[in-house]
Amino acid sequence: MPIQYYITLASILFCIGVTGALTRRNAIIIFMCIELMLNAVNLLLVAFSKMPFAVLPNSTAAAGTDAQLFVFFIMVVAAAEVSVGLAIIVMMYRNVHSIDVNFLNRLKN
Amino acid sequence: MNELVYLVPLFPLLGFLINGLCRKQLSKTLVGIIGSGSILISFIISVVLFWQVKSTGAGLPVDPLFTFINIGDSFKVDFSFQVDQLSSLFLLIITGVGFLIHVYSASYMHDEEAPHFARYFAYLNLFVFSMLLLVLGANYVIMFIGWEGVGLCSYLLIGFWFKNDNYNYAAKKAFVMNRIGDLGFLLAIFWIFQKLGTVNYADVFANTNKLSATDITGITLLLFVGATGKSAQIPLYTWLPDAMAGPTPVSALIHAATMVTAGIYMIARSNILYTLAPTVQAVVAIIGLATAIFAATIALKQNDIKKVLAYSTVSQLGYMFLGLGVGAYTSAVFHVMTHAFFKACLFLGAGSVIHAMGGEQDMRNMGGLSKHMNITKWTFLLSCLAIAGVPPFSGFFSKDAILSAALDSNTSYGLVLYIIGVLGALLTAFYMFRLYSMTFLGQFRGTHEQEHHLHESPKAITIPLMVLAFLAVVGGFLGIPEVFLKNSDWLEKFLAPIFASSTAITQKTPSEGSTEIIYMAVTSVLIILVIIFARNKYMKYQKTGAEENGFGKVLANKWYVDEIYDAVIVRPLDALAGFLKNVVEKSGIDGFVNGVGRFVQYSSRQLRLLQSGLAGNYILFMVLSIVVLFLIFWNQIQIVQFLQKIF
Repeated sequence: MPIQYYITLASILFCIGVTGALTRRNAIIIFMCIELMLNAVNLLLVAFSKMPFAVLPNSTAAAGTDAQLFVFFIMVVAAAEVSVGLAIIVMMYRNVHSIDVNFLNRLKN
Repeated sequence: MNELVYLVPLFPLLGFLINGLCRKQLSKTLVGIIGSGSILISFIISVVLFWQVKSTGAGLPVDPLFTFINIGDSFKVDFSFQVDQLSSLFLLIITGVGFLIHVYSASYMHDEEAPHFARYFAYLNLFVFSMLLLVLGANYVIMFIGWEGVGLCSYLLIGFWFKNDNYNYAAKKAFVMNRIGDLGFLLAIFWIFQKLGTVNYADVFANTNKLSATDITGITLLLFVGATGKSAQIPLYTWLPDAMAGPTPVSALIHAATMVTAGIYMIARSNILYTLAPTVQAVVAIIGLATAIFAATIALKQNDIKKVLAYSTVSQLGYMFLGLGVGAYTSAVFHVMTHAFFKACLFLGAGSVIHAMGGEQDMRNMGGLSKHMNITKWTFLLSCLAIAGVPPFSGFFSKDAILSAALDSNTSYGLVLYIIGVLGALLTAFYMFRLYSMTFLGQFRGTHEQEHHLHESPKAITIPLMVLAFLAVVGGFLGIPEVFLKNSDWLEKFLAPIFASSTAITQKTPSEGSTEIIYMAVTSVLIILVIIFARNKYMKYQKTGAEENGFGKVLANKWYVDEIYDAVIVRPLDALAGFLKNVVEKSGIDGFVNGVGRFVQYSSRQLRLLQSGLAGNYILFMVLSIVVLFLIFWNQIQIVQFLQKIF
C-alpha cells in the first residue's frame, strides 16, 4: 500500500478531530476529538516508521524505530491525560450538573 | 577681648530661641524682659566695642569663629566678623534704636494674646540677630546670610496679623520684591568670587586692580540692584509703603531705621568699588534723587499717617543714595544715623497716635490731638523739624552734607542735583507739616467715642519717644560742617579710615565756605516758609469728602505705579503662567502622560476580549496560530518540496 493512503487517512482523521473540538460543546465529545487527533498523528508516525524509504531514499530499515518509540510515549501520555481529564469532567458534572464547556466560561477573570 | 563681638548677635539669637520655643509657657512680662533685655545686653557690648574702636582709631582684629564653607582649596568662607568704624557705628544704631523699640513694643503690643506676643518678640529678636550678622560679617557671604535673614523677618512681621489677607499679600509683595534685588546681590557675589577667588572684604578691596573696568561696573551695578530691593529705591520701592501692614513698631525698626538702610551699608562698605566705577555712581545718584523726589510727591497726597511716613522713608533713602552716588559716603552714613533717630521717633509717635485713636490711621479723622497727647506732640514736632531740615536739628546737618556734596561733586550736573535735592527737601517739609497739622492741630474730626477715648500713652511708649526725640535734636552735632566750626566734623574723621582709599582717588575740591553758607541760609529760609505755609493751610483742614482731581488724583493714587506694574509685569506673567498651566501642562505634558496610560488601558480592554473563557475559542486560536506558523515557515522546513515529492 502506498504511503499516500496513510497520509490521506491521517489527515482526514485529524481534520475531523479539529472540527469536532472546535464545534462541539460536550466535554466528552471534545475529549474524544482530541484522542482522534492524537491517533491520527500516531498513525502517521507508524506509517512513516514502516516506510521510511518513501521519504528518505537512502535510509536503512532501522531508521523508523524512533517514530515507533514516540508512538508509545504518546499513548502513555494520552492514557494519563484521559484519566485526569475524565476526573475533571466528573468533578465538573458533580458541581454544575452539566458537561457543557461553554457553561464554564464563568471561570474567566 | 575682641571676641566679645560674637556675643553681640548671640543674645538676640538666644532671645529668639527662648521666646520662640517657650511662647506658650512664658508670661507677657517675662517675654518682654527677655526680648528687650537681650537687645540691651547687645547694646552694652556694642558700646564697649565702639569705645575700643574709637580709642584705638582702627578696626579690632577678630579671629574667625569657624570655617563656614570649605570646598577643596578654592572656596573657603570663614564665619568671621569685622569690627571697624563703620560696623561699630551701625551696631550702636541697630542695638540702641532696637532696644528702645523693643521697650516700646512691650507696651504697644500688650493687647495681643501671650503666644502671639511672644511670637512677635521672637521675630523681632531674630530680626536684630540677622541685622547684626549683616553689618558684622567680614565677607559678602555672611552679609548675604544677614541680608536674607532680615528679608525673612520683614516678611514674617509684615504678615504678623496673618488672619488679614491683605496683610499677607503685602508681606508676600515685600518678599518677592526683595528677592528680585537679592538675585542681583547674589550674582555680584558670584562675579566677585569668579574674578578674585575670595569674598572677604579685605581681600576684595585690596585687589581691585585685578578687576577690569567691565567687571567693576557689572559688580557694582548688580550690588546696586540688591540695594534697590532692600532699600526700596525705584523701581523696586513699592513694597515699602505696603509693608505698613505690620505693627507700627516693626515699621519703625525694620522699615525705617535699620533694614532698609542695609543697601546703604552695603554700598558704603564697598565704597572703593563704586569710586572706581563713576558711571555706576552716576546711576546711583540719579536713581536716588529720582526716588527722593518721586516718593516725596506721592507723600503729599496720602491720608494714611503711616503711608506718609513710609513714602517719606523711601524719599530719605533716596537722599542717602544720592550721597553715595556723589561719593559722599560719610554723609550718607550720617543721614542713615540721623534718619534712624527721627524716623523711628516719627513712627513710634504715629504708633502712639494710632494707639490713642483706637486703631484709626486716617489723618482726615484726626486733628487737635495736641490737647490730649502732649509728650507725643512735642517729640513728633521735634522729629518733624529734624526731618524737614530746620537748623540746628539733626536732619539739617545730614541732609545739607549730602546736598552740598552733590553740589561739590566733580560732575557737570552737580548744580542740577542740588536744585532738585532742595526741591525734594521743600516737599519733605511740606508733607511732614501737613501730617503734623492734620494730626495734632485744628479741630478733632473723629467720632465722639474716639474723642472720649483719647489719652496720652503709658511711660513705656513715651520714654523711648523722648529719648529718640532728644537724639533727633542733637544727633546732628556729630557732623557739623567745616564752615561753621573748624575740625568739628567728628563723624567725618571717625569714618575716614573706611573711606580712605576712595577719598584718595576722588580728591575733592571743597567749595567756598561763604557760598556754602549762602546756599544753606537760602534753603533753610525756604524750608521754614514752606513749614509755616503747610501749617496754616492744614490747621484749618475740614473733611470735605470730595475726591481729589487732576494732578492731585494722580499723586493720591501714587502715580499709578502699582497699576502700571500690575499691567506691565504681573498680568503678562499671570497670563504666561496661565498659558503654561492650561496649555503646556494640562494638554501637553499631562496629555502625553495620561495618553500613554489611556492607550495601555484601551488596548488591554480590547485584548481582554480574547479571553472569552470558551474552550472552543481557545482551540480555534490554537489551530489558526498553527496554520499561520505553517505558512510562515512554509519555505524553511521545505514542506512544499516534501509534499510535492510525495504526491
